[in-house]
Amino acid sequence: MAVRLQFENNCEVGVFSKLTNKYCLVAIGGSENFYSTFESELADVIPVVKTSIGGTRIIGRLCAGNKNGLLVPHTTTDQELQHLRNSIPDEVVVQRIDERLSALGNCIACNDHVALTHTDLDRDTEEIIADVLGVEVFRQTIAGNILVGSYCTFSNKGGLVHPHTSVEDLDELSTLLQVPLVAGTVNRGSEVIGAGMIVNDWAAFCGSDTTATELSVIESVFKLREAQPSSIHDEMRKSLIDSFV
Amino acid sequence: MKENEEEMRGRSVHLSSKMAVEESGMFRIQQTIGTVLCCKCGILMAPNAANMCVKCLRSEVDITEGLQKNVIIMYCPECNSYLQPPRTWIKCELESKELLTFCVKRLKNLNKVRLIHAEFIWTEPHSKRIKVKVRVQKEVLNGVVLEQAYLVEYVVQDHLCESCSRVAANPDQWIASVQLRQHVPHRRTFFYLEQLILKHDAALRAIKIKQMDHGIDFFFGNRSHALKFVDFVGKVCPIKSRNDKQLVSHDEKSSTYNYKYTFSVEICPICREDLICLPPKTALSLGNLGPLVLCTKVSDSIALLDPLTLRMSYMVADQYWRIPFKTLLSSRQLVEYIVLDVESMISEVNVGGTTYALADVQVARVSDFGKNDLIFNIRTHLGHLLNPGDYALGYDLYGANSNDIEIDKYKGLVIPDAILIKKSYEEKRLKKRGKPRAWKLKTMNMEMDNSNRKLDEEKMNTEYEEFLKDLEENPEMTFNISLYRNKEYQPSEMTDADDDGPLPLDQMLAGLELGDEEEEDNNNNGQGMSD
Repeated sequence: MAVRLQFENNCEVGVFSKLTNKYCLVAIGGSENFYSTFESELADVIPVVKTSIGGTRIIGRLCAGNKNGLLVPHTTTDQELQHLRNSIPDEVVVQRIDERLSALGNCIACNDHVALTHTDLDRDTEEIIADVLGVEVFRQTIAGNILVGSYCTFSNKGGLVHPHTSVEDLDELSTLLQVPLVAGTVNRGSEVIGAGMIVNDWAAFCGSDTTATELSVIESVFKLREAQPSSIHDEMRKSLIDSFV
Repeated sequence: MKENEEEMRGRSVHLSSKMAVEESGMFRIQQTIGTVLCCKCGILMAPNAANMCVKCLRSEVDITEGLQKNVIIMYCPECNSYLQPPRTWIKCELESKELLTFCVKRLKNLNKVRLIHAEFIWTEPHSKRIKVKVRVQKEVLNGVVLEQAYLVEYVVQDHLCESCSRVAANPDQWIASVQLRQHVPHRRTFFYLEQLILKHDAALRAIKIKQMDHGIDFFFGNRSHALKFVDFVGKVCPIKSRNDKQLVSHDEKSSTYNYKYTFSVEICPICREDLICLPPKTALSLGNLGPLVLCTKVSDSIALLDPLTLRMSYMVADQYWRIPFKTLLSSRQLVEYIVLDVESMISEVNVGGTTYALADVQVARVSDFGKNDLIFNIRTHLGHLLNPGDYALGYDLYGANSNDIEIDKYKGLVIPDAILIKKSYEEKRLKKRGKPRAWKLKTMNMEMDNSNRKLDEEKMNTEYEEFLKDLEENPEMTFNISLYRNKEYQPSEMTDADDDGPLPLDQMLAGLELGDEEEEDNNNNGQGMSD
């Protein structure tokens, strides 16, 4: 299910939170509302961690991660790093990287298998991304925008990209990512998809300005209607049983 | 508002960069613009800056919000002009470019949007509505430019402009009247006063001007206008005024009173060139002047000249009205003399801005000339002008049968036989007779009073002609009034080089054309309103 919420009257929820299939990071806010929305949706499946990165609350734009790992920028303090390592599951590798472009969330967009990155990212960083996150890395732009993390969001099921993306680009991207993509908007026509929403394989959170039309696009492309944390196991079990039978 | 077309223009930055790449000959994958769902209604559409379809965008934002859709404009039905606040009236036709400009200018807040187009929508003239279709553009929501047309309705309200309302005012509904009177047998003063009033636009607010026996009546719609006029007259001639009011109606409950005010203004009967015998008291207070004196100038004070001693004295209106006196002989009683001999006594002196020279002259009346040998040896102040053989006008005290009381009060007063007033230019004028003058005067629009005895028109005309002659001969008189070039006048071959008496007129012609009088009047009105 897609949920609408806002962070201190701000609809850009993707700025203040990070969601993967294994953990969820939430900025430390003045009010508990934002955190408790995530808590109620996710708490029984994955840990919801309140944190800051480099003393700021814009954690969604500063870090990048998936079920295999989490990359944090060099501005992250030791305490924060320690807190993150303590809070998220042990199999997730937390890595601080020394990249000039420190807003990793803006420069990297990834799911559990593929990552799109800013074209100017360091070669070392690219290697770390591939190692830590366990993904194939592609340097890409989206509708002419180099900040791929800001202008698209994708999970293992589907993806939403900048509305100005041409049909050819859309085809190319979806071939790279191996997921269906659609051009769309969040927050009543906003084109900064990455900032307006966060998504994993069974849940999505959008800014509260998002209209019903946008929500229905999001739910259909990310296949959230039937999605439950358990449905993955159900599906797996079915196929296992199939193969056993 | 179905015809209101709206148009959206997104940013065309990408497009231009693409063009540059194509020009450089690089390989470029063809880009097909995709479609997105409108974020509000969900219909398929090409992406734009707001990512909203036109209909939703229109419902979301109304760029005509806060713009005026109803405006009231003032229209003067008399002169077909529209009021441009605060006070200018613009004359324009229906459906004209000027009217459109005026209408658009009247819209407030139009600077917040960009005006693209404006046009009239035809309406019946008698509907008193003007409809203008205005098309505006404005940037909304992340740089989307929205264009929208809307209708502005102007309600035309009739409202007479200032000049028209003055014309349209009912002349019988006056509130204040000024009765200007001078008890003399001629109207010279009024001719002069008329020119002064015209020059200074003093009677601009008069709703009726009526020529009366011995004077003029001015009627005003407001007491203050009358007061202002009386003030003006008091500045240009010595007057005595009193005012009265008559109760017209009275409302006890609100304690309001309606009055009709009457200002009775009397101009002192002393005119230029009059011979006066001063009362002993006045003569004493003026330093033993006279007692036989000539009035040389009348403004707010009276200039008195003793022709025998060349002493000059000014008398203010107050002083005159304390002990009023009459003239001994007035300019109608002037007699023509011929100068037989001149003996200059002293060199020329300048008294009060005019040059005089005392002289003993031998004169004879023209009427006596060749009939008898009556010759007068007199003293005159015109010694510098007169030459033997000249004609001069003067008062014949020898033949006059005056019954002035003042003159009897002086015992042992030696009265000269004649007092010359001015040189006569009669022969020169005879040469010019029938030719038009080089200049004209404006005239005030006056009603004639027919209730009293009929004013003799012929007499009026001769008096007016004499007034014009006076103006010709006295440059200092024309100083205060405006002369207008006469188009009919063509200067003759014989130039006026020999005319030393009549003035060189070209100096003082006001540079205005009579033909443009109408236009000039309009200008005046315009000025009056913009004041």
